[in-house]
Amino acid sequence: MSVEISVKGEVLTARLAGEIDHHTAVGLRKEIDTAIDLNLPSLLVLDFEKVNFMDSSGIGLVMGRYKKISRTKGEVYVCGMSQNIFKVMKLSGLESIVKLDKKIV
Amino acid sequence: MKTDNKFSMTVLSRSTNESFIRSVVATFAAQLDPTVEEISDIKTAVSEAVTNCIVHAYKDSIGKIYITCEISNNLLTVKIRDKGVGIENITKAMEPLYTTAGDERAGLGFAVMQSFMDGIKVRSKLGSGTTVVLRKNISVRYGTARE
Repeated sequence: MSVEISVKGEVLTARLAGEIDHHTAVGLRKEIDTAIDLNLPSLLVLDFEKVNFMDSSGIGLVMGRYKKISRTKGEVYVCGMSQNIFKVMKLSGLESIVKLDKKIV
Repeated sequence: MKTDNKFSMTVLSRSTNESFIRSVVATFAAQLDPTVEEISDIKTAVSEAVTNCIVHAYKDSIGKIYITCEISNNLLTVKIRDKGVGIENITKAMEPLYTTAGDERAGLGFAVMQSFMDGIKVRSKLGSGTTVVLRKNISVRYGTARE
């Protein structure tokens, strides 16, 4: 599991890769949160294109980042989901708080 | 019902084993020739059950997780058992978004298991442990031979 972080203006993009579960989510959370604290972005893009497995720990990861970034009025955008990841995401009701790109990859 | 195939294993409740256990179950299930979606459903549900053992059952300790997997006709049954703290209120624990594990847990583990599998049974006793039984019917596809 890895995350590649890039910043352009007020947009922070985190490109996740590998498998997201309770074990791997801890490290991802730390890396993304450090980048948020450093850059204070108004938009956090979470790109799941290279994620090949995700359980509900991924939902916790998105929800936690949403809570963090919304304190500074930032927004979260989730994209690059495969059918299977979208299926997990949909269960969560996350759609009401973050923008989900429904284009399945 | 006749059991066609079966395996059991015992694994320590270390979080690094989450991916190991779901991969083993998925590999075992592969003999039923499941679709990519069915395999993904099984892996996700097993991952949730195992995570519950690690995060809740053995919250402050390392214990054993007992996994039994059976195939009978086109039915896969996965039993995940721990000897941890047990669940005080199963109905409440199964409510979507309910969690006792803090902000980073979504409280959707049982919701995923219920939604992605065809059957789930939970038995628990405080101080003794919890058993989760997951069932999934694997669709029979035409043009594929199964022994």
